Amino acid sequence: MTDYDVIVVGAGHNGLVCAAYLARAGRKVLVVEANQQPGGGAATREFADGFSVSACAHWLTHLNPEVKRDLALEHHGLTLAARDLDSIGLDPGGQHVTVKGDSVDGPSISTGDKAAYQEFHRMTLKFSSLLANAFKLRPPKLVAGNFSDRLNLARLGLGMKLMGKQDMSELLRLALINIYDVMEERFDNELLKATLSFDGVLGAHMGPRSPNTVFGYLYRRVGDVYGFNGPAVVRGGMGGVGAALVEAANSHQVVCRTGVAVQDIMLKADRARGVRLVGGEEITAKLVVSNADPKTTFNKLVGLPNVETGLARRVKNIRMQGGAAKLHLALDGLPEFKGLSAQQLGQRLVIAPTMNYIEEAFNPAKYGEYSTAPAMDISIPSLHDASLAPAGKHVLSAIVQFAPYALRAGWESEKDKFKSLVIARIAEYAPGLEQLVTASELLTPVDLEQEFHMYGGHWHHGEISLDQIMFMRPFPGATQYGTAVDGLYLCGAGTHPGGGVMGLSGRNAAREIIKRGNLA
Amino acid sequence: MSEYRDETMMLKTPFHSRVEAANELNEWDGWSGYTTPVAYTDVELEYFAIRNSTGVFDLSPMTKYRISGPDAEAYLNRLVTRDVSKIKIDRVGYVIWCDDEGQMMDDGTLFHLGKNDYRLCSYTRVMDWMSWAAMGFDVRIVDETSEVAALAVQGPTSCACLSAMGLTGLEELKPFGIKRFTFADTELMVSRTGFTGDLGYELWIEPQHAEALWDQLFAAGKHYMIKPIGSSALDLARIETGFLQAGVDFVPAQDTVRIGRSRSPFELGLSWLVDFEKPVFNGRKALLKESVEGSSYRLVFLDVEGNKPAANSFILVGPEQVGTVTSAAWCPTAKSNFAFAQVEAKYAEVGRELIAEIYYQRELHWTRLLAKCTVVAAAPFNPPRRRQTPAPMC
Repeated sequence: MTDYDVIVVGAGHNGLVCAAYLARAGRKVLVVEANQQPGGGAATREFADGFSVSACAHWLTHLNPEVKRDLALEHHGLTLAARDLDSIGLDPGGQHVTVKGDSVDGPSISTGDKAAYQEFHRMTLKFSSLLANAFKLRPPKLVAGNFSDRLNLARLGLGMKLMGKQDMSELLRLALINIYDVMEERFDNELLKATLSFDGVLGAHMGPRSPNTVFGYLYRRVGDVYGFNGPAVVRGGMGGVGAALVEAANSHQVVCRTGVAVQDIMLKADRARGVRLVGGEEITAKLVVSNADPKTTFNKLVGLPNVETGLARRVKNIRMQGGAAKLHLALDGLPEFKGLSAQQLGQRLVIAPTMNYIEEAFNPAKYGEYSTAPAMDISIPSLHDASLAPAGKHVLSAIVQFAPYALRAGWESEKDKFKSLVIARIAEYAPGLEQLVTASELLTPVDLEQEFHMYGGHWHHGEISLDQIMFMRPFPGATQYGTAVDGLYLCGAGTHPGGGVMGLSGRNAAREIIKRGNLA
Repeated sequence: MSEYRDETMMLKTPFHSRVEAANELNEWDGWSGYTTPVAYTDVELEYFAIRNSTGVFDLSPMTKYRISGPDAEAYLNRLVTRDVSKIKIDRVGYVIWCDDEGQMMDDGTLFHLGKNDYRLCSYTRVMDWMSWAAMGFDVRIVDETSEVAALAVQGPTSCACLSAMGLTGLEELKPFGIKRFTFADTELMVSRTGFTGDLGYELWIEPQHAEALWDQLFAAGKHYMIKPIGSSALDLARIETGFLQAGVDFVPAQDTVRIGRSRSPFELGLSWLVDFEKPVFNGRKALLKESVEGSSYRLVFLDVEGNKPAANSFILVGPEQVGTVTSAAWCPTAKSNFAFAQVEAKYAEVGRELIAEIYYQRELHWTRLLAKCTVVAAAPFNPPRRRQTPAPMC
């Protein structure tokens, strides 16, 4: 007799989604979370007295509508403070470029670029729809002759075929090249190219000239398929997603214990039999589902000595080095950005004047150094949600690239220097910003790793690239959310379809567990 | 390069000066980068030295890994398929290791030298695999191949030879035991191990004492008909006693390119070395599956009709090819025409009659022979003196 049917390790959004689906199907589920606040990367953090901000992800761009509906997340308190926001590529001289759904505008944008963007938007949306179809299903296995897997593969192929000859051949051509070349082929405006291409490298250890960046772009555009016509701001910060998920899970009688860290996953021979908490408490279950990333799961929770060598190697080889830092500023008032109206300030602001700027920001990261002129994705959520800051005051949140996890000089000595440099860079667009800052914090990938237990501080639990998707996520030979350890499943972003606050990894894992039956 | 070079670029073993002097045929082969004699004088005479007196084989090129550190035993238990904790200190165990697919990478002998201190001797060089396998373990792995000189002293008079050299009390050493002696102010380690299926020992010493060891051994063994032997004679002896040779009787899994060419321990008749009582070891899951679902192939011992060795023969059932021979020899002591073959598992039961399609050449004339053969349970050579303790001192 076990204490629970299933123990989910980690109350990240995928862990909660998985738990809720399993409980809905009648399983007795316990979720254990090391942090006090559930939600994982979907968390809100009060970093200064009265000032709160989304601590990791700061836009909602990807949440899968089926997950939202199945778990009644709106009923459980998920509200958007703003949605379908524009992305504004900032120009030092104020000649900004605005990407708004399928159109693009700005004083420097030619009619040619406007038309080219519409066509590009149409085509990439089609590609992303194809991805969205694959995202819904467990990744098919290539070798084993399972009928439903073959059908899913055939569907994927058919889906490509049905795009029409021209689009299909364009997809096959684009998928493996880089976003830099694609932008160069299609657009003239440097700022537009940079703004769009930045979406291809967000959160990744890649520059616009790196392979896989077209895929990164299409991955992001899957959000469009899910009904997001641009990023959204969650009321109460991204922690609102976590809170709604906890409510949803509770409504299905999931037991949630926060502030308790798992020491290890207990094994009997090569089968998981429960978890041991820090402090020694043992809880048994028929199945253990790890929401932790695959490296943390196998390195720490299972222990590499308890898996076979080939698997240990595959775990080691997952590319998972975070390259993005988070900057949080408490501001005494609303900053002024050159050439931006107050309404525009609430949009997504991008600092990436040219593609070469991003590439040059990436270059030092390859050698363990941070960018001296980083690219950024900025949000001022307090404009949409007054609860985040005291009246009249604001918070600014920025994703800063590139800040390599393994900084050669070590983050301890460099962090403050880097933070000043980042603030100064924003201030070039928003003069006087420094005077408004009353409190600030920078979360490097090392901090993100500690805070959210993500190996390498990588948001996506592993680089989103063609060699690490589908049946190769988390590694080649991965077994559709199951693992080599019987009774142990993975449900985090390290599995197909991957990162971003989407919820599909958790949902797909739960579906697979339900399908395999109680003792699988 | 204008300079003429008449030196081989092969490495030389610590015994090379003595080996070279004794190598009347000047026939050399390569073994893991070392030059090593195929035969010194005459293969048959060398073989009969192993079986009737004492043969000495320079096995210094054998790959030797020293594995130590707090997790050494745990590490080895995950690496190999048998339970290492059952190999006591100063004992040697025959071990095999597999990849995650349960396919044989190599076999070897594991020497338990002290607490969490081991030496693993193998045919292949597998430092990459050993290092990958070490992830998560506190263990130190050193390739000490060139730091240890080794001689195999094999045959019915081997114990007498070594005793005559001053290794007193050796006769009490049990098979797979280790005993340490002092030789030239250094340690000489002797294990009762070998690759001949006969009474025999292996001597392990620091390289700088190798030549002195050789000299004293041959001086002491003179009246016991001691003789250096090359790889051909050893090969004959190991076939006669049924020992597999990696790279000959199976392809190490890491060297296979084609799907289905590697073999599992079950397929090689080594299931006795697989211990499912251990929680985790490389290949466990795949082997458990195979133990339930059955194997595709099976290595069998064949007693072949006639006296033509069935080297490289096809094995037939009627007109259908069901396997191939991997090792074969006319075994002089057992007086048996013996072969190892890999056959489809369903043809592997003991007593089964198969046909070996043997090709042989006489003065450029090829002849094809369809020889009847029978699957037998064991190799023909297995004398009591191999296990006898105290060892015979004849």
